[in-house]
Amino acid sequence: MNHQPVSRRTYFLVYLGLLVLLAATVGAAFLDAGWLNPVIALTIAVIKAVLVILFFMHVRASSAIVRIFALLGFFWLGILIFLTMGDYLTRIWLPPV
Amino acid sequence: MSETTTTGGAVEVHYQTPEEKLELNRLGMWVFLASEVMFFGGLFTIYLVYRWLYPQVFATASRELDLVLGTINTAILLTSSFTMALAVHAIQAGSRRALTLFLLLTMLLGLAFIGIKGTEYLHVINEGLFPNREQLLTLSADERPGQIFFSLYFAMTGLHLLHMLLGLLVIAFLIVQANLFKRYSAADYSAIENMGLYWHFVDIVWIFIFPLLYLIDRAS
Repeated sequence: MNHQPVSRRTYFLVYLGLLVLLAATVGAAFLDAGWLNPVIALTIAVIKAVLVILFFMHVRASSAIVRIFALLGFFWLGILIFLTMGDYLTRIWLPPV
Repeated sequence: MSETTTTGGAVEVHYQTPEEKLELNRLGMWVFLASEVMFFGGLFTIYLVYRWLYPQVFATASRELDLVLGTINTAILLTSSFTMALAVHAIQAGSRRALTLFLLLTMLLGLAFIGIKGTEYLHVINEGLFPNREQLLTLSADERPGQIFFSLYFAMTGLHLLHMLLGLLVIAFLIVQANLFKRYSAADYSAIENMGLYWHFVDIVWIFIFPLLYLIDRAS
């Protein structure tokens, strides 16, 4: 078994990428993009999280079962957010009482 | 049961091989992290609901936070994740010296983050932006949303800070173990690997907290 699944060079490139994305998200916040602003901010956050999970947390080099477990927490969080916001976002469709 | 393992008996008897120990411990850590995702997830969901209900007040309140300190702290935390990754890399190569060096660097960066966060808390509290302070009333005609934003600010960053403090304690423990008791090697580094997973997870939580609290509406 290879004990060093990720090279130091890769760690460094991922780290540089994370810093560039940090600069990008701060810069994008100053552009007035209306409803796109939170979309851009969250998209960049998700890309950063995926980079950390795949490389720093070795999920890219891990077994299938570790990958599934890594996804599970976020899957349950997705259910929580989907059901909760499914309520709040659709309240405007109700006829006024 | 005292069967020796095939690779020299470096791991406990309930594991067949060092690889098995690593894999099972890693899996257990991810189960714990899944519960942590839900732990923080509740706060993130509350945040989403109230930001949806009070978008204007959240935007105004967000501009009160110090973006420079927030950005510096994010960069520090990303750097600490990088040094933590290098710490795991070092022990995978069997070097306790490099492991200790990178763990110390990670601790130093973690302490810097906490120091800056503390400064920020003092600043925010002195401005009166603390739940139940009258200054919060000026953010909107209805006092409630401003209170909710800063309650969430303290709850989310506070829970995150608590995780960092616990992480620093465990890193200190690992440094002592590695140096005083010569623990961990290229064949047996589960504890270091799991510490890394925890630290990166705390980093990921901050990656989401930062844009949600600091970057809501900086354009106007």
